[in-house]
Formats: sequence, structure tokens, C-alpha cells
Amino acid sequence: MGSRNPVTWLGSPTFPRAARETLRDTQLRGNLRHATGTIRAKRADAVSELDDWEQLRRAGEAIKDDVLSNLDTYLVQLEEAVTARGGVVHWARDAAEACSTVLRLSRAAGASEVVKVKSMATAEIELNEALAAGGVSAIETDLAELIVQLGHDRPSHILVPAIHRNRAEIREIFRREMPDVDDSLSDDPRALASAAREYLRRKFLSARVAVSGANFAVSETGSIVVVESEGNGRMCLTLPETLITVMGIEKLLPTWQDLEVFLQLLPRSSTAERMNPYTSVWTGVTPGDGPREFHLVLLDNGRTSTLADTVGRQALRCIRCSACLNVCPVYERTGGQAYGSVYPGPIGAILAPQLGGDMHDPHAASLPYASSLCGACFEVCPVRIDIPEVLVHLRSQAVAAKGRSAESSAMAAASWVFGSHRRYEAAQKAGSLARFLTRDGRLSHLPWPGSKWTDARDAPVPQAESFRAWWRKNRG
Amino acid sequence: MADARSEILGRISSALGSSAMGAPRPAATPVPRDYQRSRGFDDVESLFVARACEYKASVHLVESAPETIASTVDARGMRRMVAPDDVPESWLAAGVDWVRDAGMLDVATLDSCDGALTGCALAIAETGTIVLDAGARQGRRVITLVPDYHLCVLRASQIVGTVPEAVAELDPVRPLTFISGPSATSDIELDRVEGVHGPRTLDILLITS
Amino acid sequence: MSHSSGAPDAALPGSGRRVALFATCLADTLYPDTLRATVRLLERLGCTVDFPHEQTCCGQMHYNTGYREHAATLARRHVAAFTGYDAAIAPSGSCAGMVREVYPGLVGDSEIPERTYELSEFLVDVLGVVDVGAYFPHRVTYHPTCHSLRMLGVGSRPVRLLSAVRGLDLVPLPEAETCCGFGGTFAMKNAETSTAMLSDKMHHVLSTGAEVVSAGDNSCLMHIGGGLSRMRSGVRPLHLADILASTEEAPWAPATR
Repeated sequence: MGSRNPVTWLGSPTFPRAARETLRDTQLRGNLRHATGTIRAKRADAVSELDDWEQLRRAGEAIKDDVLSNLDTYLVQLEEAVTARGGVVHWARDAAEACSTVLRLSRAAGASEVVKVKSMATAEIELNEALAAGGVSAIETDLAELIVQLGHDRPSHILVPAIHRNRAEIREIFRREMPDVDDSLSDDPRALASAAREYLRRKFLSARVAVSGANFAVSETGSIVVVESEGNGRMCLTLPETLITVMGIEKLLPTWQDLEVFLQLLPRSSTAERMNPYTSVWTGVTPGDGPREFHLVLLDNGRTSTLADTVGRQALRCIRCSACLNVCPVYERTGGQAYGSVYPGPIGAILAPQLGGDMHDPHAASLPYASSLCGACFEVCPVRIDIPEVLVHLRSQAVAAKGRSAESSAMAAASWVFGSHRRYEAAQKAGSLARFLTRDGRLSHLPWPGSKWTDARDAPVPQAESFRAWWRKNRG
Repeated sequence: MADARSEILGRISSALGSSAMGAPRPAATPVPRDYQRSRGFDDVESLFVARACEYKASVHLVESAPETIASTVDARGMRRMVAPDDVPESWLAAGVDWVRDAGMLDVATLDSCDGALTGCALAIAETGTIVLDAGARQGRRVITLVPDYHLCVLRASQIVGTVPEAVAELDPVRPLTFISGPSATSDIELDRVEGVHGPRTLDILLITS
Repeated sequence: MSHSSGAPDAALPGSGRRVALFATCLADTLYPDTLRATVRLLERLGCTVDFPHEQTCCGQMHYNTGYREHAATLARRHVAAFTGYDAAIAPSGSCAGMVREVYPGLVGDSEIPERTYELSEFLVDVLGVVDVGAYFPHRVTYHPTCHSLRMLGVGSRPVRLLSAVRGLDLVPLPEAETCCGFGGTFAMKNAETSTAMLSDKMHHVLSTGAEVVSAGDNSCLMHIGGGLSRMRSGVRPLHLADILASTEEAPWAPATR
């Protein structure tokens, strides 16, 4: 098929350039500081309630590793189970193939409009745009997705795509875009939620086709699990005649029992709740209850190439909880849109470039550097993805893809200097000459690239004598 | 070109470095299941009540269902309610226009109901969750979704302590709905507020006798 | 060897231990005072300290920036330089973390990673001391650096050491566990984001009213201190070792820096 993978947004600037813009947005900074601060504290409480949290994380990690090591076997098992219960399974190598499958199925069901449950997989493949091009309009029903859709905006968070918007901004979007809403709408979250209820209710009750993602799919039984809060998921999963679920091939759990681990890990990590308001489980088609047709689209779109990387594949354990975004000091300041992908934050920085599969793309290659490697992400990850390890691993791929550069020459030179303690000592002596450049004991202006440091910080003043020179003189 | 299915399966095989699917691969770490299956709660009933209330469900402890159903739906101002056709007649309080669903009611009819009355499959104390599995006294999933009010009757013996205990009891091929409080959202500033598309009010009658 | 003061005192916790100072290239070149303080402290506790001259850089900068091959070469050098010592002690959580957590995947089998300690770990876990006999009559706030906190898991050790220092008024740092924004080459590659993180860290440091901000890594202190110096804030960055080396007899004084 060979078309561009839309997991990273076409024409995105590199992360440092995008961040330069978003860091200036004081409204965004305030909104994110407030929202991530709120959820961080709540998550910590929800997690500290379980004294076996570490055991659950280890179990979650091991279950997902088992899935990845036997992915083909489990997928075939899932396909058999879903088919046996009246579902139809489709396979899609890439975004284009998945989109055309969903479009074909929607048209076959006679729908000009589909209702959608929030789904990262369908956002990743830009399904809405593809459906629109084919004459089918997709209505996002998750509140945050709706805010993004009505705001003609892009998502900035995995769980809450409109996290960059505060209540006042959301009110403005609703006033502008919802026909039945007038200026009296308040910015009370309850009132805003209620406005969304009124706006979507007719659409739910009349929809013929719904499109969803899946949080989990149980191979042994063919059961699909969707975890949500608002009830929009239940509306989509039970009211329309046709349900189309698009899921990444890595979203499997081998056994029904495995769900006991993930139904504890996911809600506490993501919305910091003991349990989210609604979790729906269905298996194929249940006569007389819910959709009469069920289609499951299994999406690759870069997952198999990610799987081939023995270090990078752990990113496929991800259950899209967003805990890593909420604790990330970089994300909190730049916001999600700076990452130029539907997957922002720490997990996005390792997932988007791997799914995209092109480290020659300067934007993708900049993502693994969008981290100070502080490790807060790994600490909270419910499936123990060592994000810093993968970031560093992908950095070496970015370096390899880039070839010779000013940086690689400098690194090679530094490596040569450090390769001998005599060369190193000579360099220290040469460097100490720079102390004569300083005034009043400060070093405030260095030439490029040192200016990147001294633009905001004084640099340390070189010492007249290194420690090793002192040691040799006094102790050697 | 190969079809998508064979191509994806082939890519997986080669990514994992083995030629034949189903051939044994170096086993991943065995899944450590040393987390707690049961947390040994002394009193799952009280825990359930406390946790369900934290998520803004109202729990009423009663000795028998019928009278309390009548007073509860009256207090909620219910005029027309839907119930699956296998709930006991004694649950159908006077003064309410009851619509019985045998699986045939259309959405418009359900939308005309103020509320729904059902039983449930089980409840989880630790998380304050009730689970419906479309079994006895529960009806189709849509019944407890379209009307804005849900009254759920739960027997104390149906309460389990933990999520693992619940998962072990449930049959995955039945359509399952886990419900923890009324519908809610955290989508505005990551602060939870109750009441979106699902029922905005959830009453649970817990029969203790 | 002019530092030897006669027979080792068997009563001291470090008596009979010969340890290697893992100086780190950053401190060797820019913060020699911290290393002199580390040596003074360890010797005061009875250790015999060696400085293996072959050491240069552990390779962390190369590794973290994506230059794995260069890092592996430097790692092999480092391992060779420290072979033969029971313990290598670094006044740096991040360099100690590099050796202990990353080297096993970079140089294969070696005893050096497990024999490498960050200073507070060595003091508390190996020597078993919390009160090192220090005196530092100043108001101090402590920033737990990310790698010492999350890579090595030093936990409360530095704070316990500081709490036992006579005269020291330890003030908790709000949002202490949030990264200061240094991140090695991150501070250059994503300078604006790094600065945004730094400004929040400085804000919290200033809110404590401390005279001194301390940490177990001179790299992070170089970052935080560079920002505080640019603001002419009057708050001094000072490594944990400098504080722990200070005694009533030989108190730390700004002039020695």
C-alpha cells in the first residue's frame, strides 16, 4: 500500500520547534498545570490503596509479554472465537486498508452517519477524515473528543484529548457549535456535560452504525472489552444495528482471568478511580441484545515492525492509560500537540516514531529526545514499560539514521578525548584558560551552541586546576 | 500480493524470529499471580455501601424489596418505568406505569420511560460496582441505558469482595455491563462530575436479610 | 602519601576499607571542591581513598544522546580503571546509575556495576552511618535528583544524612521529585522546555527561603545553580558531599569554592 502512516501528523515541526510555540501559550500552561496536578494526586491515592500494586504491575507486564511473544497464535484464536459467536473478523495491514474496510462496511449498512466511541486506533488511522472523504460523517461521542471535533482542533492527551481546554473555552466552543445551546450556558462542568447529552441524544437513538475501539480482547473467548465513563460507549455498543470495532493487534489478553489484573490497573492509572463508571464486555453477536452485526478490524499499521525490535516492542504493552503523560514534566509544560501525533507524551515519544517507522523524518527523530529521562513515566506505568530505556534506544536509531552531523563529530571528538586520560587532562588544562573570559565570577554568555545554555542560565566557571591535577600534586 | 491476514501473520512470525506459527517460542516470563485474589474484607456489605456511595450511587439497605421499591420510585417521582418481564410482580409498585420488556420494545418506547428497574448478576465491594449479565431479572443491556434512572435490586449474598473474585464468577460470553455509580466524566479539567449519557441517577436496594 | 595519619582507627566505620573515588568527568573538571570534600569525608570515616588516574568519563552523555558505540568504548575503559577495588564511590546519582543500571547491558559480565555506589548509599548501607559528624549551620533545601531517586532508588538516605548534620535547618522542597529540567543534552536540544522546568524548580527553591539548595548530583546543581545565579537570587547550590564534609573544626566556607 505504501501510503504515509498518519500516526504522526503530516508537516509537523520537530518537537523543539513545536514546543517553542506551545510554551508561550500561558492559557495552555495553566490548564495543563491544573489538570495534571489534579490527576497526579488522585492517581497516587488510588494506587496506594492497593498494597499489591507492584505485583499487579508485574503480572500485567508478564501477561502482555506473553501476548507479544505469541501474538500470531492468540490472534488466530481470537478470530476463531469471534467468528464462532457470529462476528466477522477483518485484517488491515495499514491505516488506508483499515479505513477502507470501515467505509465499505458503513456504506453496506446504509449509513451516512456513524457514531463513534473514543478510540485511539481510529484516531491513529485518521478514520474520520477517510469516512468524510467517502461521504460518511463520523460523530465523536466522548465528551473530550466531541470538544476537539467541534473545536476543529487536534487532540493533546490520550485519555482526555481536550485536556488543553478549560471550562470557559469549552463553553465557547459549545455556544458556537451546538445549535440548541444559547448564551445562557454556564461553564459549570455539569452544565457542559448536560449540553453534550442533549446534543448527542438524538444521534445515539437513531444511529445505524457505531464504530468503537477496544481496550482489551480476550483470545480464548473472543470477548471485547470497552472501558468508559459517560455511557456514550454503552450507547454505541448496544443501540445501532451494526457495530464495527477497530483494534490494534496488540490489545489482546490470552485468558478471561487476565482481565482481573487489567480491570484493576487501568482505571486506577487512568482516571484514578477504583473502577470507571461503565465497562462493557461482549462476545460476537448476542441475539436479541445489541447489534445484529459485529465486525472486528484487526489493525497492524506499524505494530509488527515495532514487534521486530526486541527493545522497542515493550511499547506494545501499552494500555493507553495516560499515567505517563500526567506525570511527565515535559508534557505538562509543552502540552500534547507539540508531539505532532495522536500519541503524545512519553509513550507517544516511543510509540509514534516506531509505528511511523521512519527515523529519517526529522519530526519523528526528534520525539525520542523530548524527555529529560527523569523516569517518572516508568515509575507509574501499569505495565512497566521502561520508557527511558526505549527513548535512549530510539535515540541511537535516530543518530544512525542521521549519519554525520556537527553533533556526531563533537561526540566523536569527545569520545576521543575521553579515550585517554592524558588527552583528557590536556583538554582540561586548555579549558581552564576559559576562566579568563569570566567577569565577576559568572559565565553568562557563551557562543553557540553554548548559548543554548547561557540564554537562561549562567555556566560554571572553569577551574584553574582540575581535581586530578590537584590529586597528583598533593596526594600522588 | 498476499491477503492481509496471511501477510500480518507472516510479519509477526518474522518479527518474533520463528518460521512456523505455533512452533514453541522461548517462553516469556511465566505470569506471576502473587497479587491478591481475595483481600479478606471483614464486611463486604458495608464496604460495598461505602464505595458505591462514594461514586454517588444511593444505596438503601432493606429487608425486603417491594415496599422500598415503592417508596424509592415515589420519592424519585417516577411515573413510567421499564422492567424486564421476569422481575417479580411484587416489585411493580402501584402508581407507576410499568412497561415490561420481553426483548421487543423499541428505543422510542424506552426513551419514553423515566427509569428502569432490574436485578443484577453480582456486585464488587472493593470498587462499589454492580455487574449485569443480561441474566435473570436484568433484561437487555439497553433497558438500563436509555432511561435516565436506574433502580437496581441487589441481594447481600451477591456481593463479592474483589475484582478477581467477580471475574471468576462471570461468564464472559454473556453481554456484561460493569456499573460503578451513575454515568460520569472527567473530561473537563480532569475533574469528575456525574451525569452524562447513561442514567444520571442510580439507586441500589441492598436486601440484607 | 601525606594524607595518612598513622594507624587506621579501628573504631571508625570505614576502617580497613580501601575505596576508589569515581570522580565523574564533570566534577573532576568543574567541581574539584566537591571531590576534595568527598575524600575528606570518607577519610574522616576511616576509609582509605584512591583515585584511579585512568578514569575519564563513564560514557553517560554519549549513551543518553544515542551514541551507544562510543559509550560502550568508554564503559570498557571505566571498568578497566576500577578493576581491583571493592567499592567505587561517586558523588553523583546519575553517573553511579549509569554504571550500575546501564553497564550490564553495555559491557556484559562485570563486577564493577555492583561495586559502584552513589555517596549516600555507601555511607548509609555500607558504612552504616547516618550521623557523619558534620556541622553546617545554614538553612538548606534538598532536591532529590531523578537518577538518584528513580534509577538507583536512594530514597530517604540523603535526607537522613542531612537531618543528622548539626546546625543544619532542613526545609522541605515543594514538588521536590519533579525533574529540574537538566537531562544532559536535553538542556541544549530542548532548551526552552528545559528552561520552563528550571523556572518552576527555582520558584520552589526560592519559596523555601533556604540559603542553600543541595543535591547529590553536581550536574543538576549546575543547572539549578546556573539559573539561580542568573537571577542573582543569592541561593547557593552546594553538593551533599560539601555539606557532609563540613565540621566544626573545619567548617565549609564560601572561599573554599
